Formats: sequence, structure tokens, C-alpha cells
Amino acid sequence: MSDPHTPMIAQIAQAPAQGMITLRGALSARKIAAAARAVAGVAMPGPLECRFDGARGIGWMSPDEALILLPRQDVAEALASLQKALVGVHATVVDVSDARAVFRVTGPHAREVLAKLSPADLSPAAFGPGAMRRTRLAQVPVAIWAEGDGAFSLICFRSVAVYVGALLAEAAQPGGAVGYFPSGA
Amino acid sequence: MLILTCPYCGVAADETELAPGGQAHLTRQGPGADSAAFEAYLFHRKNPKGVHFERWRHAHGCGKWFHAARDTVTLQVFGTYPAQSLTPPDTILKAIAATYPGFEWEGEA
Repeated sequence: MSDPHTPMIAQIAQAPAQGMITLRGALSARKIAAAARAVAGVAMPGPLECRFDGARGIGWMSPDEALILLPRQDVAEALASLQKALVGVHATVVDVSDARAVFRVTGPHAREVLAKLSPADLSPAAFGPGAMRRTRLAQVPVAIWAEGDGAFSLICFRSVAVYVGALLAEAAQPGGAVGYFPSGA
Repeated sequence: MLILTCPYCGVAADETELAPGGQAHLTRQGPGADSAAFEAYLFHRKNPKGVHFERWRHAHGCGKWFHAARDTVTLQVFGTYPAQSLTPPDTILKAIAATYPGFEWEGEA
């Protein structure tokens, strides 16, 4: 059991009701990039990047898949406008808001908490602000992105959200800092 | 530990992020093939001590299949290349020849 007087080395919070739309198609195609930009408010990110402007953004998931993040209440409208913009284009858009859970990891050792659970290179040099990577967290697939100021977000399938929440909480127990990365990096 | 760089997304993926797919460059035997050829296609696989061409999937990542050339003894990785390649690219063959002079690809199985 954790000592209530010793703080956790990172704060874990499950984000409430994040809106998510999966867009599949040739991401560099002009029409697809323009449609994504119109609903997300940011340009299509390059490989292994994510871009945000306030509550909206796009994450690069694979050479032909992008994840558009936006407030939950705006999903229906965005989906309709994407489908309208992509008529005749070889692309698919799906509302995946209910399929995934979003966690936010903040605090001085947020990077270490994630690095302890994943085989990915999460060093500050390799995984700076704006970087996104799909990888493995213990036994389940996740996508992690670095928001800057030492905060990270990750998505996992909702069916394993309880498992991921418990994993992160365990890795963030007081005294769990490894000291491999500088604090707050 | 085996680390392969996915040729599609560029991530240096750990072995545990990948799903193995067995020997690469198999020629598919369809319904018209004779039994011996079909049996070979289904079951006969190389198990070399040394250079091996393999299929891998970046399962905990971009999800794409790719090919890798590596040494099964030393775990040296000669390179990875897209799964759409019918033959290993010259750069891969040169990397292998640098370690094993005179190496020649045996061709599709």
C-alpha cells in the first residue's frame, strides 16, 4: 500500500469522453489532408507525429491512418462534414470514441512511468513534444503522444482500460522513480 | 533482443512489438498445382543456421507486414524491406555479402 503522505511520482487521470475519429486513406492526398484539416484545425502531421490546437488535433497512426481528436459533442458534425468532403475519394471515416479510453500522465516522472512499461525508446531525445508512437504497454497495445511540459497522453482499447489504469497507478507508486531520465523531462 | 526497423513507419520496433510470420518469398500454389508442390508450399520451410529471410508484422504499431533479413545464429540484422518486394533489394544482399562474402540468394521457395 502506498503511504498517503508520500506523493505519487506521476499523476494518472482517465480523460472523460474524448471524441475520436479514425480516418483511413492516403494521408498525403490533397483532398484527404484538406478534409482532416477542416475538422481538426491543424495540418496533417508527418510520420510519428501529432499536432494539436487546443482541444482538437490529429495523430499519425500509420502510413494510411490518422486519428482525429476533438470534443465528444462535435463528433457527429465532424463525421458528417468529413463524409461530405470525401465523396468519391478512397477513404473511410469511423467514430471510434467508444472504442478507446484516453489516459493523461503528468508530473515530474511521467516519462519514466511510461518507459517502465513499454519497450519503446521514450528518452527525451527520441520522444520529444509532438512525437507519437504506437507501442505496447505491458501486455496491451497503446498509442502514446508527448504533449510537451512533461505531460503525456495515451490511448488504449476501452476493454483494457481498467488494466491500463492499474498498471500506470502501480508504476507511479511513491518511491518508483528510477532516475534514468531527468525529472520533468 | 531483436530490434527490427519497420520500413513503413520507421520505428525501431522491439521483438515483442512484432508478430512473426515465418519464411518470406514463398510462391503461392493455387488450386491448379499438383499435390507435391502444394504440400511443399504449405509445409516445407527452411530452417537455416545463418542468413534467413522472414516476414514480420508491426503488430503493436502501424500494423504493416514487412520482410527482414537476419542471421539466425548471431541475430545480426541485415535490413528490412517492404513486403511487396518479390526479391530482396540489392542493399540487403550487399549487407549480407559484407558479412558472408559470396552469399547468393537462393530465389523464391
